Amino acid sequence: MGFEIIEREEAYDVLIVGSGAGGGMAVKTLSDAGLRVALIEAGPDYDPADPEQQTQLKWPYQSPRRGAGTVRDIGEFTASLGGWKIEGEPYTNTKDTEFRWYRSRMIGGRTNHWGRISLRFGPDDFRRRSIDGLGDDWPITYDDVKPFYDRVDKMIGVFGTREGIYNEPDGFFLPPPKPRLHELLVQKAAARINIPVIPARLSVLTRPISKSRGVCFYCNQCNRGCSVYGDFSSSSVLIKPARKSGHVDVYTNAMVREVLTNAEGLATGVLYIDKTDLQEYRVRARVVVLAASACESARILLNSRSARFPNGVANSSGMVGRYLHDSTGAVRSAFIPQLMDRKRYNEDGVGGMHAYIPWWLDNKKLGFARGYHVELGGGMTMPMYGFGFGIQALNGKYPDKNGQQKPAGGYGLSWKEDVKRFYGATVSFAGRGESIALESNYCKIDPATVDKWGIPVLQFHYQWTDQELKQARHMHDTFEELIHQMGGVPNGEKPGESEQYGLAKPGAIIHEVGTTRMGNDPSRSVLNKYNQAHDCRNLFVVDGGPFVSQADKNPTWTILALSLRAAEYMIDQFRKKNL
Amino acid sequence: MDRRESLKILGIGSLQASLLLAGCSGRSGSAGQKAMPVELYGRTAQEAAYDASLHAETFFTAHERKTLAGICDWIIPADGETGGATAAGVVDFIEFIVKDQPPLQLPLRGGLGWMDITSRELYGRSFIAATRNEQAALLDKIAYPGKVEKDFLAGAGFFNQVRNLCTTGYFTSKIGLKDLGYMGNTPNAWDGAPEEVLKEYDVAYDPRYLHLYVRPEDRGTLMTWDDHQG
Repeated sequence: MGFEIIEREEAYDVLIVGSGAGGGMAVKTLSDAGLRVALIEAGPDYDPADPEQQTQLKWPYQSPRRGAGTVRDIGEFTASLGGWKIEGEPYTNTKDTEFRWYRSRMIGGRTNHWGRISLRFGPDDFRRRSIDGLGDDWPITYDDVKPFYDRVDKMIGVFGTREGIYNEPDGFFLPPPKPRLHELLVQKAAARINIPVIPARLSVLTRPISKSRGVCFYCNQCNRGCSVYGDFSSSSVLIKPARKSGHVDVYTNAMVREVLTNAEGLATGVLYIDKTDLQEYRVRARVVVLAASACESARILLNSRSARFPNGVANSSGMVGRYLHDSTGAVRSAFIPQLMDRKRYNEDGVGGMHAYIPWWLDNKKLGFARGYHVELGGGMTMPMYGFGFGIQALNGKYPDKNGQQKPAGGYGLSWKEDVKRFYGATVSFAGRGESIALESNYCKIDPATVDKWGIPVLQFHYQWTDQELKQARHMHDTFEELIHQMGGVPNGEKPGESEQYGLAKPGAIIHEVGTTRMGNDPSRSVLNKYNQAHDCRNLFVVDGGPFVSQADKNPTWTILALSLRAAEYMIDQFRKKNL
Repeated sequence: MDRRESLKILGIGSLQASLLLAGCSGRSGSAGQKAMPVELYGRTAQEAAYDASLHAETFFTAHERKTLAGICDWIIPADGETGGATAAGVVDFIEFIVKDQPPLQLPLRGGLGWMDITSRELYGRSFIAATRNEQAALLDKIAYPGKVEKDFLAGAGFFNQVRNLCTTGYFTSKIGLKDLGYMGNTPNAWDGAPEEVLKEYDVAYDPRYLHLYVRPEDRGTLMTWDDHQG
């Protein structure tokens, strides 16, 4: 580290920290309005069309580890530089907490590898306290956000169908792809027990929406980053065009340490450490926007301490870091004997499910307050590391082609035949639900630990409650019922109470939100309803932090809509000379 | 996106492209470019250096490697049309993966040793020096998890692990993917499961949705949402 801070001479209207969904939308919207923008990203540049970085359409044998997740947590072809563990960037947990924090350090952040599931929150999702007395209502309603969802749909593209389900609002949809075989089988089975299966809603271009992006060519690899920009990632769809405007300077490998404030308590810029030269730099701007991810933005605020803001900037309420919550998750797979010896054809499809189960029940009758949706998996997918593991648990249970029962295991040509017979005969069900946001679940600064840049790290404290456990148990009951209806055989054992009903560890679903929540009461919230800090009018947060509650929906579409809304509010405030 | 630009990015020929890139305007381009070198698969400099460092090390001894190759070719032998495990490069894959995932090293090394000890006890020579019949007789004692005698449990655990790795290595290889019949990882226009497959499983596309699904011929038509309401 150098002895002194190096001053960047450029002066910006807006400085944005982080380039994921929220940061990308802010960069695009503000630079389109002619404002001079600095984008500061903690990782390197990334473009899925760059042959040096491209993983799309690679074969498993092009990797010596056949795609195993040794280097990249979710598989090495995944367009994600980072993971739950990053060398030199630790975090800690309090006793009895196992929070896992997934970070992607690169332009576009986690939108490069995300599942593309693009669900609007519904009217009920903004007023849960009014419905069940738990958590809090948002300071805004669905009607406030709807026009922004509409514009995000058209700007970015999402396929789906208009279903008219009250709390699963319809949007401007591209035509969806036809379901795959296993999805049709799930649909048929689910219909018998009155569980709806509807076309998925994914931000994948089944038809073009502009000349600057290609259309989907059905390789099932959205998670690898699309080299024709046929799906949504912030890097390809928002930041790439914004950079062409000439109004945006991008600082990569720049790790922000704190937000700087002046004597009047206004933000003046940020301090960052350049990872390539280990020097500390100061950049100034009239407005600072944090979009570093819910937990990283909270970390920056908590680390921005001064005489005026002894608990960190924008934290007079003490709410920064609190109300941290992730989606719940549980998964079960099953073997479907009917699908043995399948006819082969290209079943890749888009990079995710073509059909899913939206929440369909009334919580008043269930003993837990919030719902979940179910994501479907299966099909004749590309073999990767792990393919064929454990077939010895199956091949003794089912007679071979000639009706002969064989002992489990084996070797030789009959073993090879068995592996081929079972290909594409597995389906999986993944529940993703809403947890209750609690003040008692939080991240805070761990004063005893710093990262390799010398910045104090986060410590997490997070406990699931009976609400989430009961919901996970219900998910597993649903999965078994569906598997039974399909004539399938569930894999493994159904997790019981001692396994927390298979409920994923907090952070594992990578939907963590709530750490800088919005609200009308400055003593109980960090931001106002325009994502603007109560304590500091030229400081905004536009990632998942502002969420009051996570619905049983994936957060990205709502992050995009709220960031667009906040950016336009900023533009308006600039015009009115309030910023 | 410009058609030629898309072609270049994808590195594919013009035949597939006419269908695939219906959405891209511009004049038609020439055929695709030459194939990418195998080692280029989107590594960062750090990741590439890590891969190189693993390639530079050798884990298995020549004898271990020979034994492993022998076992793998028993698990997935060549048949009339297709090469077996070693032809598919499985031994190289296992050599790499044990360096990449060090917890695999002890069970594999120990297991290979167990194979030789057991073979010497039974036949007076190492596994790879034993006859085909002797090798098969030993494998029969460890290859069926439901019927393993107590003295052979260690071998059975080892064999499970090798069988997993060998099966993965084979079916992720070029010849294994072909043998399996995997037909994806190539640009195409998905239009649902084939008609005869739908019939076979007695399922059909829901008539309420049929007109809503994307049609391959519309893939080039700019979406306008004219018939939508917000």
